[in-house]
Amino acid sequence: MNEILPFLKKLISSSGLSGNEAPVREMISEHWQPIADEVSVSRLGSLHALKRGTLPEPRPSLLIAAHMDAIGMMVTSVVGEFLHIAEVGGIDARVLPGQLVIVHGRKELPGVIAQPPAHLLPPEERNGPVALSNLLVDTGLTAPEVARLVRAGDLVSFAQSPIELSKDTLAGHTLDNRASVAALTTCLQLLQKRLLDWDLWAVASSQEEETLGGAATSAFQLRPSLAVAVDVTFGSGPGTPSHRAYELGNGVILCMGPNIHPALHKTFKELADRLEIPYKVEVTGPHSGTDAYAMQVAADGIPTMLIGIPLRYMHTPVEVVSLKDITRTGRLLAEFAASLDAEFMNKLAWE
Amino acid sequence: MKELIRKLVETPAPSGYEAKARELIRLEIASRVDEIHVDALGNLIARKGQVSPQGMKIMLSAHMDEIGLIVTHVDEYGFARFTTIGGVRAHNLPGGRVRFMNGALGVIGQQHHSEAKPSAFEEMFIDVGSKNRKDSPVRLGDVAVFERPFTEMGDRLVAKSMDDRIGVAVLIETLRQLDSTPHEIYCVFSVQEEVGLRGATTAAFGIDPHLGLAVDVTGTGDTPKDVKMDVSLGKGPAVKVRDGGMLTDPRVVSWMSHTAEKARLPYQLEILEYGTTDARVMQVSRAGMPVGCLSIPCRYIHSPSEMVDYGDVQNAVRLMSALLSAPIDLG
Amino acid sequence: MNNVPTIANVQMKLLERLTNACAVSGDENEVRQIVLDQIRPIVDEARVDALGNVLATKRGQGENRLRVLLAAHMDEVGFIITHNDDSSFFRFETVGGIDARYLAGKPVLVGKEHIPGVIGAKPVHLTSSDERRQSITVDALRIDVGPGNGSKVKTGDRATFATSFTRLGPSLRAKALDDRLGVATLIELVRHAPANIDLLAAFTVQEEVGLRGAGVAAYAFDPDLAIILDSTPAHDLPAWDASENTRYNTRLGAGPAIYVADRGTLYDTRLVRHLVETAEAGGIPYQIRQPGGGGTDAGAVHKQRAGIPSVSVSVPGRYPHTPAGVARLSDWKNTLALVHAALARLEPRLLSPDDKS
Repeated sequence: MNEILPFLKKLISSSGLSGNEAPVREMISEHWQPIADEVSVSRLGSLHALKRGTLPEPRPSLLIAAHMDAIGMMVTSVVGEFLHIAEVGGIDARVLPGQLVIVHGRKELPGVIAQPPAHLLPPEERNGPVALSNLLVDTGLTAPEVARLVRAGDLVSFAQSPIELSKDTLAGHTLDNRASVAALTTCLQLLQKRLLDWDLWAVASSQEEETLGGAATSAFQLRPSLAVAVDVTFGSGPGTPSHRAYELGNGVILCMGPNIHPALHKTFKELADRLEIPYKVEVTGPHSGTDAYAMQVAADGIPTMLIGIPLRYMHTPVEVVSLKDITRTGRLLAEFAASLDAEFMNKLAWE
Repeated sequence: MKELIRKLVETPAPSGYEAKARELIRLEIASRVDEIHVDALGNLIARKGQVSPQGMKIMLSAHMDEIGLIVTHVDEYGFARFTTIGGVRAHNLPGGRVRFMNGALGVIGQQHHSEAKPSAFEEMFIDVGSKNRKDSPVRLGDVAVFERPFTEMGDRLVAKSMDDRIGVAVLIETLRQLDSTPHEIYCVFSVQEEVGLRGATTAAFGIDPHLGLAVDVTGTGDTPKDVKMDVSLGKGPAVKVRDGGMLTDPRVVSWMSHTAEKARLPYQLEILEYGTTDARVMQVSRAGMPVGCLSIPCRYIHSPSEMVDYGDVQNAVRLMSALLSAPIDLG
Repeated sequence: MNNVPTIANVQMKLLERLTNACAVSGDENEVRQIVLDQIRPIVDEARVDALGNVLATKRGQGENRLRVLLAAHMDEVGFIITHNDDSSFFRFETVGGIDARYLAGKPVLVGKEHIPGVIGAKPVHLTSSDERRQSITVDALRIDVGPGNGSKVKTGDRATFATSFTRLGPSLRAKALDDRLGVATLIELVRHAPANIDLLAAFTVQEEVGLRGAGVAAYAFDPDLAIILDSTPAHDLPAWDASENTRYNTRLGAGPAIYVADRGTLYDTRLVRHLVETAEAGGIPYQIRQPGGGGTDAGAVHKQRAGIPSVSVSVPGRYPHTPAGVARLSDWKNTLALVHAALARLEPRLLSPDDKS
């Protein structure tokens, strides 16, 4: 179970904000090359890894997508020694003051997010939370150095180092959604020495946090018979209503709702029971807020499933996840892929 | 005594920068005391007499310092931003004049705003008449006090820094008039009272007296729609019963009242619901001591035009002399 | 040893150890041990008093030596665990002045074992825009040490931010630069104490919660004068409307900050003048900290006994009392140089009352 930890820590330490995923894509690609038959990159920068099946052509295919992009910030202007920023993806500005960041300028520059003192803020912002547009990034450099090394448009990632809270629990930024990328990688590793009937496309999708564009275009390009999205869901913790959150370490979350084909949901439940993998059911609304929403309506439509990994404090630099939940998810995905045979699509019926 | 008062109130000496007041006072008292020294914080301490079997070691305290302003920033046009030293009130400032220690004068202006309520200090600035920062005679850290001359209106005397130069004057004049005393008296002209009674704290520790008396101004309740207070100008000096920081030892209140009555001097009893004096810190110095305060009633405290009654001042001197001339029995 | 002190790798490593150590007001032991290890071999006497202050004496030579108290505080602001809410979630309160807007989404270290934890926050997806316009209060936050770890933490444990020391080009970024910079500077000054004075070093406790250690240390030493080495904020950020920032307090890169007045103390003008003259004679950059609010251990020291002439000097630091402060290495170097030079030039006649103005 601990084997996933070093990989996961490397994953969350690689930069890859929505629309600029190259560094983390290269890192994932290196790991997927040895355990897949073919690795390629889509036009929107998603990473595709193919494990070829053994059924005769035309072979059905399964697409499993886990988005690799991270939320973060972008420099909008340089003011002397300091930088103004805007968000990339959804951030609650109240977690920003005092956060450690890295500015991806001409060099990688560590810095910190500064909350200006009250007298430097507009009157209506002096008490209460300071809006993102009034926060600043301080790299500790002098103004001439900043002018030389940073420009508007440069990206800013969270720089919080991963924290091992215990052997099973990891805290850090961008576990949304690199935890799912780790689960998908585990799935590929478990299948490495096995033969599948179907083609399997593992997709590390891009731009989920901004547009779901990576999953939409990859699904269109690859036209799978089935699609599964793997994303994080709310882990129980202070401030999170208990009816919307799940305990860490208690298993995989199987979603149901308008985004999900009910027969697929049923299949996964029966499989989890058979494998004795603990799970909970989550009801998601018409918009699941994940790649499943986009993939379901790609081209002429695709039966879609959504798997969730519980995560505390989503979209903060101290997200918390259980490694056991990740490896169980990987195993469930691998067994699902291995169970797909020539008859499966015929059996996938609406009641 | 009016000339002494005039010289004292027209001396600039804000908290922390009391040298000019200290020098003036030293010249005034040198021939009337046995010993003078200046302690580590700048308190001027003058001893008169030596303790005799019927006497006590007494500390008297009147503070030399006044409230003021200190420059925080001079902008490119020469306007000086400031913060306060001691309890300056924002509504007393706009349009007023200040005098810096280096002699420069300034006028206080304020940023335009549309609200009816007065500006905060951050919205004000001092205009010293210069056109830019280079030509300005003031810079960061310079200190200033209100600029107002001493003036008389009948029996009433008006000036800035009556708080507490009038107390200083009372002590100086008492030293002049006191013929003999059984006590060892330490007259402390204290520093930094306005920012937290700091000079008196250390002076009391150094002297370690048996009894402490402060001489300071107190408010009145005798102007239109005033606070409810039973003290008025012209009805005599006040014996403080309590203020916002201290309760006078009742035996001290008795002693002061009886002394006044025996000497047929008018006096008032004072309860002040806000503010405090050097007596507060004398009371809890080391192992503590009985304390009291002889107060000079004063209108418009901490404004540039503080007003006292000359009769009250003269009676304060008489009462203080009476208190110090005889042995003290607190019963 | 009387050579001039410098900041080299050894000093940087010591500052790193000091800032990474956890010592919240009232619980300063981790830093106290580092200080004792550093100074015991180089002083004539060292002891720990009733509050936990480290008091050390390094005697000089010659007659009529001034007894000079140098103080720096060992404690940092932090947290104290107040209640175990539910398995791994703990309620806490702040110790010392911390702006609660800095707390959400930060890692912390809990207790003597430095157990890692996080102060989480509600996912943004579950908040409304109205809710995001309200500050998150300490009461709503919890320290989370992860499932299964609840037994490692108990009520009363202290916690600090978990930031590690790092260089940012010409700057340093760390937690507790206030006042580990002062502690590190004082250790170097003790190491290079000039012979013309008795150097009385006080590494004080509980500055952040009321200057409590410094008062008793000054009472015990009863020095002739005191120099306090603290940290003062630099608010030298741009204004939202590009207007001139007139309340910057101090500026990074402008040198050691000499205090003339803060809320707790009006500094002795003779000592201020001595520092300014020393800086100008030695070509050391310096700045005057803007008068106004705030305070240092001097607030307690100068009123001790019959009064102690005092002055404060600080290395300016941005964002004190937050997870990560930023200071300039050059300011630290110049602060050390200035105070050392000022000590070496001290003469008893500096304190003559005639000069007091």
